[in-house]
Amino acid sequence: MAVSASIFTKLNMAFAAGGLAWAGLQAYVVHSFGFIWYVAIIDSVASTLPLAAACWLINNNLRYYQPGKGSYINLFFWCLALAGACTLLVRFTLPLFSIGKTYDVFLVQSTTLRFFTCFMAIGWMAMISLIWYVQQDQKENEKRKSEAEKLARDAELYNLRQQLQPHFLFNSLNSINALIGFKPDEARKMIHQLSDFLRGTLNKDEQTLVPLCDELKHLNLYLDIEKVRFGHRLQTEISCDDKCKDAKLPPLLLQPLVENAIKFGLYDTTGEVTVSIRAEIEDSYLLVMVQNPYDPQTARPRQGTGFGVSGIQRRLYLLFARNDLVETFTNDDIFTILIKIPQA
Amino acid sequence: MKRALIIDDEPLARMVVQEYLMPYTDIQVLQECGDGFEGIKAIMQHQPDLIFLDVQMPKINGFEMLELVDQAPQVIFTTAFDEYAIKAFEAHAVDYLLKPFSRERFNKAVDKFLAQSAATSAQPQKQTEELLETVAQSPGQHERIVVKTGTKVKIIPVQDVEYLSADDDYVSIHTAEGAFLKNKTMSFFEQTLDARQFVRVHRSYIISIPQITRIDPYEKDAHLAILKSGARIPVSRSGYAKLKQVLGL
Repeated sequence: MAVSASIFTKLNMAFAAGGLAWAGLQAYVVHSFGFIWYVAIIDSVASTLPLAAACWLINNNLRYYQPGKGSYINLFFWCLALAGACTLLVRFTLPLFSIGKTYDVFLVQSTTLRFFTCFMAIGWMAMISLIWYVQQDQKENEKRKSEAEKLARDAELYNLRQQLQPHFLFNSLNSINALIGFKPDEARKMIHQLSDFLRGTLNKDEQTLVPLCDELKHLNLYLDIEKVRFGHRLQTEISCDDKCKDAKLPPLLLQPLVENAIKFGLYDTTGEVTVSIRAEIEDSYLLVMVQNPYDPQTARPRQGTGFGVSGIQRRLYLLFARNDLVETFTNDDIFTILIKIPQA
Repeated sequence: MKRALIIDDEPLARMVVQEYLMPYTDIQVLQECGDGFEGIKAIMQHQPDLIFLDVQMPKINGFEMLELVDQAPQVIFTTAFDEYAIKAFEAHAVDYLLKPFSRERFNKAVDKFLAQSAATSAQPQKQTEELLETVAQSPGQHERIVVKTGTKVKIIPVQDVEYLSADDDYVSIHTAEGAFLKNKTMSFFEQTLDARQFVRVHRSYIISIPQITRIDPYEKDAHLAILKSGARIPVSRSGYAKLKQVLGL
């Protein structure tokens, strides 16, 4: 949980203050039964310490692990057990101080009362912690959700800019201009591809997951246009077995990856370039790998914070609350990016 | 008869230029080049009168290619979109075509070239040089330095540069792989390199801040910067003041 450290320092201070107040109160109560202050303080310290430990334990447990709806009863038993342990500890350690007969009798007689007080205190602590941490979690979730929405909007804007990405668009139009002269049929085909591609980037609801085959179809339109532009220099390999066709992923997630791959592949080398996209299903994850050649001498791929890799990392974090879904590798002159998309 | 080259990485884009050039029987296209390296070779080999040059190309862009050509021919730039480039073209009255361009617009550019070359008063070389200076100062242009070693072109990412030193009419760019000469001035690099990373510490030296391991006092008023590579670079008094400012001392 990402609650800031300062909150925890404050919390610890409050906890310590509470403990002190408790110890003072208990000393006062014991003193009022007629024992001298020395005995009262020993009694109160010896019983407050285990109680504090129990409270701290339960609070800390709840911080990292919140019981589901059905297991609140477990929490109740835990409180009982902790209260019992505290009471027993007090019951059998205090006589070791050999304070006196009257006190030992008092201790035995007050055991039941001590147990219930402990139980109330621990139970109260558990309840407060539970409510507080659930609330924290909710806050965190809400924050994440609103950030996810914001990022989705940014991505949409980015896509809007992308579909009007000047270079891509003007160069594609220039290719069409060339084709009109001597291959009018191909020019027409490219106009259709370009319009289908642009339309595909328009009507996407960022929040709804789409099947991989749809996403690949969209990518193919893009790749086909780039292939017309760059002629034989650009080769693509897309492999996706039948099992992953229906795997779901956020829409337009792969587009920036493939754009990056093409950009680095085509502008960083002068020879033929193969961009490959491979999809697999593994342990309820959809794995998508995009590979492209690059020149390790001159390129520092993905060093920048362009939307490419960091954007995807962020988007996946906001959707799945995990930071380990994107990996990149460089091997000789091949750059590989691997993304994992959890399947529900 | 005028001799021309078409340099563009997209085959269809070259084809448009070829097609539009057809009616010009007095212009002969010697060769089509798919990237800047081929372009340099072809320019050296053919010494053309005119080149049609794309800006965005693999490895080295059109401007970087021109920097490496000793005797630049007349250039008509072709580009899809590039804010800075377009501003630079306009500032230096160099002709450029925005893709996709019409036959009319193309004809206008070629006619202008023909008229200029008939008059012989134009100074394409000077115009081009000024253009390159302007372009070099635009953002995103100083992430690497392109140099020519013999017939080979070397691209040096600025992170790899240890320091630069003045070397007669050239600037020597020192890297772990050795020194490379570039036909530019120290003040050109001082202006174009990222001022947070490179500091001119001396009339004849510019050093890369991340390469410094220590700065020692040296004689009166002067200092010596010791780089990771062990190189010892003199730092003048004003250079030391600049260094302190950049390092926030």
